[in-house]
Formats: sequence, C-alpha cells, structure tokens
Amino acid sequence: MRDVAVIGIGLTKFGELWDRSFRELGIEAGLEAIEDSGIAGKDIGALYIGNMSAGRLIAQEHIAPMVSEQVGLTLGNIPATRVEAASASGGLAFRQGFIDVASGLHDIVVVGGAEKMSDVGPEVITETLASGADQEWEAFFGATIPSLFAMMARRHMVEFGTTVEQLAAVAVKNHKHGSLNPKAQFQGEINMDVALKAPFVAEPLRMFDCAPVSDGAAAVVLCALERAKDYTNQPIKISGTGQATDTFALHDRKSLTTMAATKAAAARAFKMAGKKPGDIDVIEVHDSYTIAEIMAIEDLGIVDKGKGGPAVEEGLTALEGEFPVNTSGGLKARGHPHGATGVAQVVEIVAQLKGIADKRQVKDAKVGLTHNIGGTGGTAVVHILEAV
Amino acid sequence: MTVARFWREQENRYNLIGVKCGNCGKIYFPPKDMCTDCHRLSLGKMTGHKISGTGKVVTYSIVHEGPEAFKMQIPYIMAIIELDEGTRITGQIVDCEPEDVKIDMPVHTVFRKIHEEGKSGVIHYGYKFRPTIPIKSESKKED
Repeated sequence: MRDVAVIGIGLTKFGELWDRSFRELGIEAGLEAIEDSGIAGKDIGALYIGNMSAGRLIAQEHIAPMVSEQVGLTLGNIPATRVEAASASGGLAFRQGFIDVASGLHDIVVVGGAEKMSDVGPEVITETLASGADQEWEAFFGATIPSLFAMMARRHMVEFGTTVEQLAAVAVKNHKHGSLNPKAQFQGEINMDVALKAPFVAEPLRMFDCAPVSDGAAAVVLCALERAKDYTNQPIKISGTGQATDTFALHDRKSLTTMAATKAAAARAFKMAGKKPGDIDVIEVHDSYTIAEIMAIEDLGIVDKGKGGPAVEEGLTALEGEFPVNTSGGLKARGHPHGATGVAQVVEIVAQLKGIADKRQVKDAKVGLTHNIGGTGGTAVVHILEAV
Repeated sequence: MTVARFWREQENRYNLIGVKCGNCGKIYFPPKDMCTDCHRLSLGKMTGHKISGTGKVVTYSIVHEGPEAFKMQIPYIMAIIELDEGTRITGQIVDCEPEDVKIDMPVHTVFRKIHEEGKSGVIHYGYKFRPTIPIKSESKKED
C-alpha cells in the first residue's frame, strides 16, 4: 500500500441555499478543489461522492454520473461511485478514495460530498434522517434521531453528572468558531442564556443542541504522495484511516454513553498513523448533537470517559485551548449537509495544517483528526492527517 | 409502508414473540435468525419465545418535533426499556405525564395504535408501555 495525500480542497458556503441546486453546489466544490490542486481534468482516475439521501430529498438517484458529467469528467468515461452511510457518507467516500489511490489503481482521485436538504419540509427531513436508524424497531414507534441522542444524553447525565450547561457550552463554543468561518451557515455567536432557553426538540436536547438543516458540498483531490510534489509543495498526508460498525439499533448497545464504533475506528487510525490522542493538534468531530461532541472527545481518547462535559466548560476544546475541536464551527454552526459533512471536515483539517485557516488558525498545527458517524453510531469513520 | 411489510411484522409486534437460542438460551426481541453469540451453532435452533412484556426504563426523551404520522401525539415519551428477559427495546410510554417518567420505573406493555399513514392509509398497531405502579402526578395532587 502506498502513501496518499490531499493536494486540493473545495467548499461551498453552507446554509439554506434556496437559489442553488444540488448540481450547482457539487460543481462549485469540485471545480474549486480541482483548481486548487492544479491538476488537469484528464489526470483524474476516478470520482467518489458521499451522499445520504438524494432519492428522498431531491428525488434523484444515480447521482454519480450526474455529477461526473457536470464537472466535465464523462469525457474520459471515468468510474464514478456514490457512497452511502447516512451522515457518515462523506467520511466513507473519502476513505474509499484513499483505498483506491493507496491500492495503486489510480494515481489521482476526486472525492466529493453533497446534500441538498432545504427542498423538503421539516417532517420529511425528520423521517429521512430517522431512516438512518432502525426503521422497523426504532422509527416505527416514533423514535427520531434527536430523541435517540437525547436518550444517550440522559444516560450520560445519570452516569457522569453531565449538565445541560455543559451541553450548551458545546453549542456556544462551536457558534463562536463558526463566526470566524466565512463558509459557515451561522455567522453569529450565541450565549448560554439563548442556548438554555431555546425550545425543546427532544428533551433534554433543545434547538441549539442540534445541528441545522443545510445545503452544501465539499470536495478534495487525492494523489499518490510520490506524485504529489508535482502539483503542490504542501501535500497533506493521510497517515491513518479507520472505519468501524456497531449495533444498528441504539437499544442493543451494551453502553448508551460510549460509541464502540468510534473507539474501534480511532484505534485503527491511530495504530496505522503511529500516533496517540495526545499528538493531535486540531480535531473535527461529529457534533450533530452537543452530546455527540462530548461522547466523541471521550471515545477518541482526548479526555477520560465522563470528563467530556467539564473539558468543554473549562475551554480545553476551544480554539485557544489545548485540543481545539471543531474550529470550522462543526456540524452545529458550519452546517450539516449530511453527505458533505465528512468531506468538509477534511477540508477544514487540511486548511489548518496548511496554515490558511485565517482567523480560526490553530498555531503550529501539524497533525489533525476527523471523526464522522452515521445514524446513532452504527458507522464511524476516523482519519488522521499530517503536514509533510 | 406496504400492507405486506406491515403484515410480515405483525406477529412479533402484536404478540411479543421473540426467539430463544437453543444453544446458549439467550432471548432475542426483536427476533433474529441467528444467535449473534453462538453464530452457526445456533442455526436451526432459534425457536419462538413469548416475551413477558414487563421491564424497566433505561432512558427516555420527550419528543417535541416528530414525523408527520406522530404529530398528533406531540409531546410524547420515547424510551428504551430493559425487559425482564434482559433484552432491550424502544417504545413509547403512555398513561404517564412527561414530568412523571423516571429511570428504573417499572413498566409493562399495552396494545395500542402506533400511528396511521394519512386519512385513508394503513393503521399500524403494536406495543407501547405504561407504568406498572399507577402514578399520582405532583401537579395533579394539588388540584
């Protein structure tokens, strides 16, 4: 297996983009990444696209050739593949692109992620997202994704004394980070009072505990590291990749306060990269809900189990803290177009490692980590990236 | 959901029929075709097993934003219940005010309408849970 690097990144603005179509968003991110990398269209060997539910959200399946054609890649009739793992679709597409180049099949691959969510109403969104949980034994009875995360939050409160203020602190931090990211869906900061008085979505989770409905796309260009210097003097090496599964339904988990898939994926990625949690300078985790960020930093080994809430409250994970988490604003404030999220996390880490993250730049960031989960954690994908 | 899909699942949902592994004795509900501990040793040995329907609350949430089919029920209580057999399932808690639900509270199943698919769609029935010990709400005591 050979080393693989990211040599180009592209990202659209995230938000409720009423005037922009799925195709337009995909093209913008894809072309920006290709332009950034300096490659020519004919250099691209394959295309991978993360997307959760275009079939339900824009009534369009078979999106891989659609996107491929729009960016002018059907000229070479290259293979184009859609990858689906609910909200982990983007992270998994990135991993498929990595495997493709690492195997030697292609030298250069483009990985995109896109979702257009604002063309349907809130009830359809709730139902579509719930299809990432067990349709027959959870959603059938009225369980929604926020209610399943709310049930994890309640257990976390009982077992470790986590508070609603600690959950809100995640939202306040991520909105602050998002206010420094011009591509983020939300550009304003919020305070604790606003977060704690927002209406309930699924108790104990309130509106500001939940990531928004978003449109957006992200893309990266991957290249064999041995060839990367032909295109850039700042290749970012993918030094570790890990993917794992867990029980499909939340109720079948031994613990409701740990994601075994996150732990397993992280262990694989750390082993492959030869790194440990303490080596990581900047982290993008899957904060679809505030409790998810607290559980993620515990399961990734950044803090001990049960210490996630206090860590956020004490500023450990803030931009100026020891382990900055979600400098982009995270899913919470940058936005969460499901298929794009995992790729957008990579875009942020690459920007940080290249030192081009502007107002939200983490000083001397050399090693970064991304963490993307599907549904309630049935899939987890972790990547470790390094400046070389 | 098509009528056929609904019909396939109704035996389990109406009558709480799970399965028992003939190799290790572990009970599954919802049913599985194979014991996930014993693997091939359990093949052909998974037999129907009636679930008691009694258990206790492991965790819960009050749902304020729900799918279209559940809109009339908002706010409703979703919970994960640990059954006496040791297996856990997800369901609603009814005949209980949101402020009265507690972790470890004993509950048992009742047969209820779950939801209906629009005005002329399929009506789905199944189990929900109700508190085993009748609850006197704090707020109601004052009345």
